[in-house]
Amino acid sequence: MKKLSNILILALVLTGLLISPVFAQDDMPTDDEVNAIAKQLYCPVCENTPLDVCPTEACRQWRELIRLQLSEGKTEEEIKQYFVDNYGARVLSEPPRTGLNWLIYILPPVFILAGAFILFRSFQAWTKPRAVEADSGPGEEAGSTSQKDEYIARLEDELKNRK
Amino acid sequence: MTETTTPKRGVSLWVQIVIWAFIVGLLALVGVTLSKRQQGTVQPGDEIPDFTLPLFSGYEYEGRSEVSLSEFRGKVVVLNFWASWCKPCEQEAAELEEAWRTYKDSGQVVFLGADYVDTEPEARAYLRKFDITFYNGPDMGTRISQLFRIRGVPETYFIDPDGVLYYVKVGPFLSVDEIKSVIEQKLP
Repeated sequence: MKKLSNILILALVLTGLLISPVFAQDDMPTDDEVNAIAKQLYCPVCENTPLDVCPTEACRQWRELIRLQLSEGKTEEEIKQYFVDNYGARVLSEPPRTGLNWLIYILPPVFILAGAFILFRSFQAWTKPRAVEADSGPGEEAGSTSQKDEYIARLEDELKNRK
Repeated sequence: MTETTTPKRGVSLWVQIVIWAFIVGLLALVGVTLSKRQQGTVQPGDEIPDFTLPLFSGYEYEGRSEVSLSEFRGKVVVLNFWASWCKPCEQEAAELEEAWRTYKDSGQVVFLGADYVDTEPEARAYLRKFDITFYNGPDMGTRISQLFRIRGVPETYFIDPDGVLYYVKVGPFLSVDEIKSVIEQKLP
């Protein structure tokens, strides 16, 4: 009986050893969770390559740091703030709305509006001369038609007289 | 003959002034930014503005966790930018440490390591691996590297006792003698 209980205890201990690594893995953030934050960051060493797809050693270290901070329970905002504090605001894919950065947000809509305005004025310029012509057109046309009729009438008269 | 006329309704003068001022301002901004980018690193002869380097624990200077360049007036300052992910930095790590150990008791030379875009655990592992003992800390917010407009790592800047840059080494040193020969230029 004692032997059986020893075997049971041993089996439980071994099972515990087998299970514990599974619990540890479950606690670790997945690659998707890490990349969800990483894709919002750019390492200053590899410009124009988002952190989630950057193959360099520096970026791998950064991703591991994100994983570590996620496992410590830090929020996305806290992690991003850590990177800004340590490496500067230029690591953010979306620059903070302060100082000259505002130009990035203001200029594109301003240019679009200015373009639309220029296009509108150009259309106006193209259509107005025709409208002026159209205004003066019917009178002129009437005049020329009546002149033409007189000419044709005279021509027909001449032809009749010749006969 | 009929004359077609378009009524002229130009943009008012102040709007034109605003638009032109805006365009000129934008061009000036782009110009300044581009010229800064093409300037390269700070040049020998430039006086280096003061900066503060926070230090890793275990690498403090006289018990303090940060140092300023201005504290080292009267000494030659060797400022080395490095990173744990930088393979060429490993080539010169032992040489830098050896040079530091040569001069540290003289009180005339200070070595500062600025860890560029790195993570602290890897940085510490690197410092342990090469048994580095000179003052080291992270370049927080990449402020110091931006001040020097570094192009990469490793880069080493030699600042004379008056706070003026007198030599720039881009890339790793090949020997201890190379480091010493630059330092000796400014020692009495």
